[in-house]
Amino acid sequence: MTSRLTKQQKPFPITTSRVLGDGQRKQHPAATPPSAIKRRRLPRWPLAGYLFLLPNGIGFVAFMLIPLLASLALAFTDWQMLSPDVRFVGLGNFIRLLGFTWTEEGIVWNDPDFWYFLYNTLFLMLGVPISMFVSLGLAILVNNRLPGIVVFRTLFYLPTICNGIAVLMLWRLMFHADVGLLNQMLGWVGIDGPDWLQSTAWAKPALIIVAVWIAAGGNNMIIYLAGLQNIPAELYEAANLDGAGWWSRLRHITWPQLAPSTFFIFTMGIIGAFQGGFNAAYIMTQGGPAGSTTTISYYIFNTAYDGQLLMGYGCAIAWVLFLLVMTITLVNWYVGRESALEGH
Amino acid sequence: MSSPAETGQANLGGTKAVALFLIMSLIAASTVLPLLWMVSTSLKQPGVPYSNFLPGTPTLRHYAEALGETPFIRYYVNSIVIASAITAGQLMTSAMAGYAFARLRFPGRNQIFFAYIATMMIPSAVTMVPLFILLTRAPIYLNDLLGTSYFTSEQFFLGRWFAGVPLGADSYFVLIAPLLFSPFGTFLLRQFFIAIPRSLDEAAMLDGCGPWQTFAHIILPLSKPALATLAIFTFMSAWGAFLWPLVMVNSDEMKPLPVGLAGFIGMYATNWPLLMSGATMMLIPMIVVFVFCQRFFVRGIQLGAVKG
Repeated sequence: MTSRLTKQQKPFPITTSRVLGDGQRKQHPAATPPSAIKRRRLPRWPLAGYLFLLPNGIGFVAFMLIPLLASLALAFTDWQMLSPDVRFVGLGNFIRLLGFTWTEEGIVWNDPDFWYFLYNTLFLMLGVPISMFVSLGLAILVNNRLPGIVVFRTLFYLPTICNGIAVLMLWRLMFHADVGLLNQMLGWVGIDGPDWLQSTAWAKPALIIVAVWIAAGGNNMIIYLAGLQNIPAELYEAANLDGAGWWSRLRHITWPQLAPSTFFIFTMGIIGAFQGGFNAAYIMTQGGPAGSTTTISYYIFNTAYDGQLLMGYGCAIAWVLFLLVMTITLVNWYVGRESALEGH
Repeated sequence: MSSPAETGQANLGGTKAVALFLIMSLIAASTVLPLLWMVSTSLKQPGVPYSNFLPGTPTLRHYAEALGETPFIRYYVNSIVIASAITAGQLMTSAMAGYAFARLRFPGRNQIFFAYIATMMIPSAVTMVPLFILLTRAPIYLNDLLGTSYFTSEQFFLGRWFAGVPLGADSYFVLIAPLLFSPFGTFLLRQFFIAIPRSLDEAAMLDGCGPWQTFAHIILPLSKPALATLAIFTFMSAWGAFLWPLVMVNSDEMKPLPVGLAGFIGMYATNWPLLMSGATMMLIPMIVVFVFCQRFFVRGIQLGAVKG
């Protein structure tokens, strides 16, 4: 079984990434001497170039550019889908969303829901580093040479494959206070599990558990695994000569060498988490109890598609989300750039 | 696999190997047990507690119920149609754009490329509201404009099977068309095309092939692994797509699987075996595809992330 799987993987086993990477670099203009570039310039086909881009171009204009501009315009109106009136309200939506007034009791937010849902979103983001560290641990485990390792890798990846409505339904039942498997198993070790999804205290941790279960053994583990296999063996040999222990090697070689992978995983995780949380909350908690699992993306859904169909306000929230994601990405990139470069 | 020394791992002694094996078995159990319990629950006779791990005497009645008394098969067909169309279309558009960015020279190429890639940063929530409005209204406007009622009339495939309306809410069009274009797919294939030795298509061009022939006869056949990778990723994500169809579909017959299944929760709230049989039937094709195409996953993740 193992040998067959390994053989099947031959064309693109994970360990060839370095080789493939080199091959690509040779092709890359930046790595070829300037004279070679001149000799081997790409054919100039302006018309063909644009024609090849045409399908994407049409799609981009129809389903990205026009909606993007429309969304920006709508964000400054108070339009409700079923009402014929579209009123320009200037920054009204944004003031309603982000504004506050000082009172004697302290700050009163114009839309306290938004800030609560933002807090929920940030809380659920704890799943990103947790899942990242689990991914690293799993990658280190499956980087060992053991019989059947491919089987383990496959099993770790399984939840990522199954990710979606079906698995979220399964976890809704898993967390069920009376008939769920989780509390049943906790009972075996003498723990009286909470009513996870009905409790404002436990619903968010429950969603984090699901997110980690789904993601930890998936793409991030594979990325870390590739990163591990690209660490030069000499570093470990030198460390072994110095008598470095397991933890010391992990702390001083593996972790810094993996900085680019960590940076990529963390950034993508944060970007995703800002926009995420809808599916899990919709299936498992409907955003409850008492709004404790409603994220920003869920709030946009509730505002724009459910109930009052507040299109203008929904667009305004979406733009604030966009700006948040952009800011965090830029800050993350700016801060992380150095840690990412240290790896080399 | 590379040798342990090469990857910085000490050679494993017997005890250590056994310990690792046990740890990994434990972790694997935590990923697999919930899924097995899902299957087990879907097979439980009435009266068997859901919290039991084993189903007792298994029964297929819940599968029969899901298939016979709900539009489950219809959801399934919808999902297959939608995900296949999205996969085929996205592969085509991404390959064409990827080829242009990798192999043709034209003014503004790099700027367009980076701008297109940057659009991946835009949250889908931003464009979804106006798309929802535009696409829900498009058929009405088109009817008015062309003086017809075609765009809101119900269609039947081969005069027999309900196929929604041509445009707008409850149409296959809205569930497919916006997803035919992908900056990610374009990026992935461009990365792959760049790595193909240039001499191959240069030779073809010297023989008089134009860009299209070079693309179709040289680049595409050489890119089967990358195309397969992208196809699998696209299919999986289209198969699981939830929010967009949830917003755009009202009629039960047009629902893809995830939306249909989510609707079960409201309808059969406490009939967990039925819900779990639906979930199991939804997951089986994904797991089968994964087991047979594992190498493409590993490859795709590396193309998308490590080299990005």
